[in-house]
Amino acid sequence: MYAWDFAPVLANSGMLAQGLINTLKITGTALAFGVPLGLVLALLRLSPRRYLAWPAGFVIEFFRTTPPLVQLFWFFFALPILIKVEMTPFAAAALTFSIQSAAFFAEVFRGGIVSIDRGQWEAGRAIGMTHSQALQRIVLPQAVKRMIPAFMERSIELMKTTTLVATVSYADLLFQANELAQKTFRPLEVFTATALIYFFFIFGASLLAHRLERRLAVSGEGTVH
Amino acid sequence: MNYRWDFASVFSNTDALLAGLSGTLRLFAICLVAGLTLGLVVGLGRYSKRKLLYVPASIFVEFFRNTPVLVQILWFYFALPILVPFEVSPLLAATLGISLNSAAFSAEIFRGGIQSIDRGQWEGARAIGMSGGQALRRVILPQALRRMLPPLTNRGIEIFKMSTLASAVAYVELLQQGKLIASLNFNPIEAYTVVALIFFVVLFPLVQATYALERKLRRAD
Amino acid sequence: MTTAPDSCVMRVTGLRKRFDDNEVLKGIDLDVQPGDRIAILGASGSGKSTFLRCLNFMEQPTTGRVQLHGQFIGAERTRRDGTTDNVYNEAELTRVRQRVGMVFQQFNLFPHMTAIGNVMEGLRTVQGKGRDEAAALALKQLARVGLAEKAEAYPSRLSGGQKQRVAIARALAMEPDLLLFDEPTSALDPELVGEVLRVIRALAEEGRTMLLVTHELGFAYHFANRILFLADGVILEQGTPDEVLKNPREARTKAFLAGHNEFSF
Repeated sequence: MYAWDFAPVLANSGMLAQGLINTLKITGTALAFGVPLGLVLALLRLSPRRYLAWPAGFVIEFFRTTPPLVQLFWFFFALPILIKVEMTPFAAAALTFSIQSAAFFAEVFRGGIVSIDRGQWEAGRAIGMTHSQALQRIVLPQAVKRMIPAFMERSIELMKTTTLVATVSYADLLFQANELAQKTFRPLEVFTATALIYFFFIFGASLLAHRLERRLAVSGEGTVH
Repeated sequence: MNYRWDFASVFSNTDALLAGLSGTLRLFAICLVAGLTLGLVVGLGRYSKRKLLYVPASIFVEFFRNTPVLVQILWFYFALPILVPFEVSPLLAATLGISLNSAAFSAEIFRGGIQSIDRGQWEGARAIGMSGGQALRRVILPQALRRMLPPLTNRGIEIFKMSTLASAVAYVELLQQGKLIASLNFNPIEAYTVVALIFFVVLFPLVQATYALERKLRRAD
Repeated sequence: MTTAPDSCVMRVTGLRKRFDDNEVLKGIDLDVQPGDRIAILGASGSGKSTFLRCLNFMEQPTTGRVQLHGQFIGAERTRRDGTTDNVYNEAELTRVRQRVGMVFQQFNLFPHMTAIGNVMEGLRTVQGKGRDEAAALALKQLARVGLAEKAEAYPSRLSGGQKQRVAIARALAMEPDLLLFDEPTSALDPELVGEVLRVIRALAEEGRTMLLVTHELGFAYHFANRILFLADGVILEQGTPDEVLKNPREARTKAFLAGHNEFSF
């Protein structure tokens, strides 16, 4: 019977804490860039001008279809040579996940905007608004409310996806766990503890998201997924 | 951009790429079957009213949905060997991680699908003397399957993408071979671009087919 | 535990049904003899559907006994606080439901099977018959309800009345000893009600044992040899159609009939 010993894990909890902070850092950065970029992509995709819609559509489909790890490797190993700029693991990771999450957020935005009844647009145009005024003042505010659950879902997904950065030596929680496991020769305790830390964080975020969703559902109309 | 692209160095390694592709397909096939089968079992457990079935199934689903797959794969590769008397190969670790994760997501798809079938169908089936199992097999699942097909095919596509994570434990799949080619030929740009394009070419038609399927089913309802 | 052979098809004694804190059925006794055609009437909330559903155990009686051909179904259990209730074995109930058929208000046809597929399903899956044998038997039942030419049609292509007739054929295919009808015409457009009632009347004339929960009082008068009027979970009044419908004794019965005076005898 194997003798579990979590003492080395607890002794090095600082190392894991630093990893957790970095995980949040990369997730936060990707969100901060990904959401606005996603909106831009969505609006381009919805544009009636083909030369805007098609490239945007291609970017969205490409980054949603190819595996995130392939994207990460490309941005970390290939891009620096191409543009002759050194890339830190953080930079490569931030770039990858900003664009990758933007592609997914773009679809959430698009779904939300498209779900708003045509009549709202027509009412806006009827009082003389331009297309973008109607979008900004009438459609988007309504769409955003519906999109919040899908947003939260995507953000939680992102937190799980960013673990990939450990493969390019960015010191997130998983990377730190791997280092710690090698240092203490206790992979079972280290990885079990790490899995549990991820679980509590992500499950907790998920519960909060659901509670927020319920409160929104009570206060207004339906939501889009 | 004055970089000289050289794809020849990648294509001279086509057998390495093919080995990778076959590794990817093998992993995908195993995880798809294992994940969906286990998912159905767990999904039924989640649907059951008996606490003995519902509680373990729920714990399974919540745990494997809310932990990153890569963490699970590394756990199976580094931590599991300590507990079990046998070797844990990269393939086994990746299979366990991806299959269990997919099973958790599929379980919810199955449960949702079964739950969405009108209660009256259960009653009609039981009224002619069918057992619960017969009702499920002959009446409920055939109807639920139609609705579950789009999210299940999405799961399949996700599984295909997750196969790249197996490269973290050096399993011979497509991305791992890309890494190999890049390190041997010093051409990461071409190598990784080719890998990305192969994935895109394989998956894009499948993704479009899923959208088409979804649209068709929505119209038929 | 069997009693001496009894001509009675089904005997119900002291049947009570509770949902959480709400006791819906408060003690019902009933003997169903072969060839009985019993119509069950009552206001909504009187428990008439619940009672019918207890007879094929779609709802499980809380206390009270049900005997099918003299055989008690289920077992009594004494709980820790001294009270008794019933426990049922799923396998036994499945067997009971092969002998007691039910037709639902919402038809509950299987949409992914054709009409004949629906009728055959019990024969193949429950009784284990081969495909050809089951198909032949199913076609006979469909012909009986006048829908032989619709055998290959899917339920989505059938009218409400046709769907209900297929549902009746499906129940008949199992050759049950007792047929239960739970408001079979309540979900139908008025002009489709007649075709279903005609089929039910034909079955009655064959001498089948049937219980019918219905709002069609005129039909009940001609169809039934006994009428039960349920109120507040008990049988308030019972008797022949002439007794209950033309000369009711209880005030509640009179009030109920007064509110349903669009029927004709």
